[in-house]
Amino acid sequence: MNWFTKTFSSTIGRKIIMSITGLFLCSFLVVHLIGNLTLFKGDDGVTFNLYSHFMANNPIIRTMEIVLVLGFVFHIYDALVLTRRNKTARPVGYSENHPQENSNWSSRNMGLLGTVILVFLIIHLWNFFVPARFGGVAGLEGLEGVVIDNVDYDNLYLKVVQSFQIWWYVVIYVIAMVALAYHLIHGFQSAFQTLGLTHKKYTPFIKTFGVIFSVLVCFGFAIIPIYFFFAA
Amino acid sequence: MAGSNPNAKPMDLTLKIWRQKDKNSAGQLVTYPLNGISPDMSFLEMLDVLNEELLVKGEEPVAFDHDCREGICGMCSLFINGRAHGPERGTTTCQLHMRHFNHGDTITIEPWRAAAFPVHKDLIVDRSAFDRIQQAGGYVSVNTGGVPDANEIAIPKTIADKAFDAATCIGCGACVAACKNASAMLFVSAKVSQLAMLPQGKVERKTRVENMVAQMDVEGFGACSNIGACAAECPVGISLDNIAMMNREYLGAKASSENV
Repeated sequence: MNWFTKTFSSTIGRKIIMSITGLFLCSFLVVHLIGNLTLFKGDDGVTFNLYSHFMANNPIIRTMEIVLVLGFVFHIYDALVLTRRNKTARPVGYSENHPQENSNWSSRNMGLLGTVILVFLIIHLWNFFVPARFGGVAGLEGLEGVVIDNVDYDNLYLKVVQSFQIWWYVVIYVIAMVALAYHLIHGFQSAFQTLGLTHKKYTPFIKTFGVIFSVLVCFGFAIIPIYFFFAA
Repeated sequence: MAGSNPNAKPMDLTLKIWRQKDKNSAGQLVTYPLNGISPDMSFLEMLDVLNEELLVKGEEPVAFDHDCREGICGMCSLFINGRAHGPERGTTTCQLHMRHFNHGDTITIEPWRAAAFPVHKDLIVDRSAFDRIQQAGGYVSVNTGGVPDANEIAIPKTIADKAFDAATCIGCGACVAACKNASAMLFVSAKVSQLAMLPQGKVERKTRVENMVAQMDVEGFGACSNIGACAAECPVGISLDNIAMMNREYLGAKASSENV
């Protein structure tokens, strides 16, 4: 191995990958949420459908989509490698252990929270991304059409409205967003710590900002299925 | 006895202690009743009393590590009732007193658990992995020559204080024991940042952090999840800031050192 691969396959190197990809995925959440908020415009989805059309066709967005997939892949891959390593580091556990006396539950269960988020991600992609992007391909069901200013568009808005009329679907979304919030509450400030970006002046702000960010973003996502369920 | 509490009533306890013949044997928790323990005793003195009783009975005494019994050598360990060095914060097992327990308590005593700290016998674990990490770079090379004047090298008070705080690490391994990943990051970071902050240590700082982290990984310690259990259980209060500093040192060294 050369110095580069050696660095990023060390425990610290892998944690650095985890934090960089984690913060990148946080930036994706912001963009995704801002786009989703067009659902609340009250124009029967015109703005939302135009926005989703843009997201599906703009070359810069399509390139970033590949980077985003890589972000997820590296984040999940290194999480698996590190979890395996961490398990082997303690083959025999304690018969009595009280970790709640020295650390938070969410910080100790990032893998569990991450798995919940991953399962949600697969359901979420299958429901919205796959029909929007691959509808009609290999017999997959696509979206219905809608005409906006004499142009045909996919009606993703209708799919959103229909999906969130199913109560258990709404429950899955809300549970996933609670898991995401806890994942981010630990993950956001932890990423800065791992990257060595700590300072007396800035760390208290980063910690507070991280909590507000996590709660606000996840609340913003969770309110969408709840709103459409009760609006129907 | 000076400092003892004349009103303190002796306590009767039930101990559940990990007994393991040697490295290759399987171990198990064995229950021992122990009566008439003074609340003024330290935890290790309580174990001494148990061992005397076991000797009289012709049984094998419980093996546990200890040395100075003043909280400064880092030799004592023990995972007591699910906590490294017991229930009190900022305390080594030798400085933990029986007054923090109650009459009738059951106390579970286990060795540190980590692949890198194999159990030798009963409650004694092999912590030489820490020594090998130190030997990989936790030192300052001093060349021969005349002795320099004291205070010739100016070190700001804030830096000297931080370096001293990191240097208070006694290498007991409670950080590893408390960490859910059995990670040695707090120990290694204390050693790395202590030297990286001082002018004498800056000469070898890049190679030091590279080699010490590499050795830490070779020993089979886990990675850091920033849960903070290590710093919470550390008897001398080593701060998580050291881990951030080590990561900075590591990334900087990897990016710029001559070691390819």
